[in-house]
Amino acid sequence: MSARVGVITFPGTLDDRDTQRAVRLAGAEAVPLWHKDKDLKQVDAVVLPGGFSYGDYLRAGAISRFSPIMETVIEQAKAGLPVLGICNGFQVLTETHLLPGAMLQNNHLQFICREQKLRVENADTAWTVDYEQGQEIHVPLKNMDGRYVADERTLAELEAEGRVAFRYLDVNPNGSLNDIAGITNAAGNVVGLMPHPEHAVEPLIGAGGTDGLGFFTSILKKLVNA
Amino acid sequence: MARVVVDVMLKPEILDPQGQAVQRALPRLGFEGISDVRQGKRFELEVEGPVDDAALARIREMAETFLANTVIEDFVVRVDEPAGATS
Repeated sequence: MSARVGVITFPGTLDDRDTQRAVRLAGAEAVPLWHKDKDLKQVDAVVLPGGFSYGDYLRAGAISRFSPIMETVIEQAKAGLPVLGICNGFQVLTETHLLPGAMLQNNHLQFICREQKLRVENADTAWTVDYEQGQEIHVPLKNMDGRYVADERTLAELEAEGRVAFRYLDVNPNGSLNDIAGITNAAGNVVGLMPHPEHAVEPLIGAGGTDGLGFFTSILKKLVNA
Repeated sequence: MARVVVDVMLKPEILDPQGQAVQRALPRLGFEGISDVRQGKRFELEVEGPVDDAALARIREMAETFLANTVIEDFVVRVDEPAGATS
């Protein structure tokens, strides 16, 4: 039986369809989830896709964080459900405090859209086991509020525990502290990043080709072997 | 109807590029002598019923959990006295 990966749609989500497609290309079943439902339809993992949920009003991710479905996601993530937050999804995860720190406006105050080189710094999470430790990948990055910040103690903790999952290479595109592109929780089931692996899953598109597919094959491998 | 104001500011150690952009624009506009600008948010809440300790406690809870993200922001809650009001 194929693994079922839920993809949540909030009002203002943009990348839910691309994410569903990436899930299918990896060989899993994509299950659309709606922000107003509390039911996760018994999925084995959840992806919070990118976009501008609630128009980024108040703070990016701040209003989505209180949607009915997030209550269930928070509860189950704490019990081990694999959750991936991409871009706006990462912002939602920091707002829930499932991941530490916060996201702020890019330091140069401009929207950014580019091919971004990343290093996979932790290939042990539920979403990265199909990568090599230290592997360099190209993934599209597009955001306004991509600047990762956390207090010094949190940063030191993340670095010491290997919880910086992805780091920007060559260019720090938004002023993120320690060039952090993505992080994981201590258990490795909750991962968030600003760049968009779901846009790099087919050879036809972009410099990275299929560099992003590993996120989705990782979770499949994890679930099938579980 | 009483008004309660919640001011939310980025913590001092957090870089505020918007504030910096405003500060840099000032001399060009002829406004000299401003060495730093920090930009924040102000929420004006019209409160039904009395603004007593219980109401203020609820508003502080609201600010703490929703209006501000205390990882990056500080907030101040105060009751806005209407101009000319006698206490």
